[in-house]
Amino acid sequence: MGISFEKLNEMQLDALREVGNIGAGNAATALSKVVGKRVKMEVPLVKILPLKDVPDWLGGPEKEVLGVYLTMSGAANGHILFVMTIEDALKIMNILLGDLTPSREQVLDMDEIARSAMEEIGNILSSSYLSALADFTGLRLNHSVPALAIDMAGAIVDVILIEISKRGDYALLIETEFVEEENKIKGYFMLIPDTGSLEIILQAIGVI
Amino acid sequence: MYNRVVVGMAEYWVSSNPEDVLCILGLGSCVGLCLYDPRKKIGGMVHILLPESIPGQSNPFKFADSAVPALWEKVKSEGASPENIFAKISGGAKMFSGTDSLFDIGRRNVEAVKAELQKLKIPLRADDTGGNRGRSIMFYLEDGRLEIKTIGQKPVVV
Repeated sequence: MGISFEKLNEMQLDALREVGNIGAGNAATALSKVVGKRVKMEVPLVKILPLKDVPDWLGGPEKEVLGVYLTMSGAANGHILFVMTIEDALKIMNILLGDLTPSREQVLDMDEIARSAMEEIGNILSSSYLSALADFTGLRLNHSVPALAIDMAGAIVDVILIEISKRGDYALLIETEFVEEENKIKGYFMLIPDTGSLEIILQAIGVI
Repeated sequence: MYNRVVVGMAEYWVSSNPEDVLCILGLGSCVGLCLYDPRKKIGGMVHILLPESIPGQSNPFKFADSAVPALWEKVKSEGASPENIFAKISGGAKMFSGTDSLFDIGRRNVEAVKAELQKLKIPLRADDTGGNRGRSIMFYLEDGRLEIKTIGQKPVVV
């Protein structure tokens, strides 16, 4: 038992794409509220990727990124990882904090201001996607307190890839570009349902 | 001239070419194990994901309990003498702080690799594991040195 991503049919993929669309929309709205400015989004890319290709998709295994990790529990269980590059994280912080924006070095050193700002943004964005999933499926879903890491993309993703690799070799990745005036910020949302939970989600949407 | 070979997740590489540099880029909770025969300059590297094999999964290089003996066999068939071979390991970091058992996988990977090395009586020459930072590691087959890079730090050689 246990359906895995690479075995999904086109209708099921479309349903997950729709969750991705709604989630990205929620995330853009939430981001607008936080920064107090209009944030638009491009139509998200929803991809099923072989695990080994994920770090390349994020800009290469040594790309410096920020990762926010949460667990999903309730009617369906799983793991969520939200990733953005340090450059893009700094853009958001600049909109939020202006002159108080920490330097790149402070971010990499996990300076306290940078840390709490990033934790908050990661929390808001990832819970936007999760509430889209809950609304779309009608399932009751909770999430854990987010855990934050700033490091090389390969290193941040590998703990999640380890978890996925127990079951299969593919990941569901939603790439969204948020646009605030001249700022373009890319966010990557990865959902890794536990065994059996992908079925629960697809069943709730009515595509299984 | 160096010849860089990137070893992906659950993959291995074995070579007798001293110009080869075996690398893992962005190593987090996974473990990079290097085996080396310094006399013959033959070595190998494996990129291990999990401590114990999972029934039904066939790639031995993914799991510490099968990857260590599998790499040992590969290095020997490349021509390395068992009595010369030593090991160096790196990785096994805890990337996220928190109590989730998932975050503990790095430590468990390191312990499993060390246990297998002991079983095979392979001496562990260098151990740069744990901590909370990702690493990029480069294993030079010309002399068996292992270079380790982390963000914001100078590279170290072990």
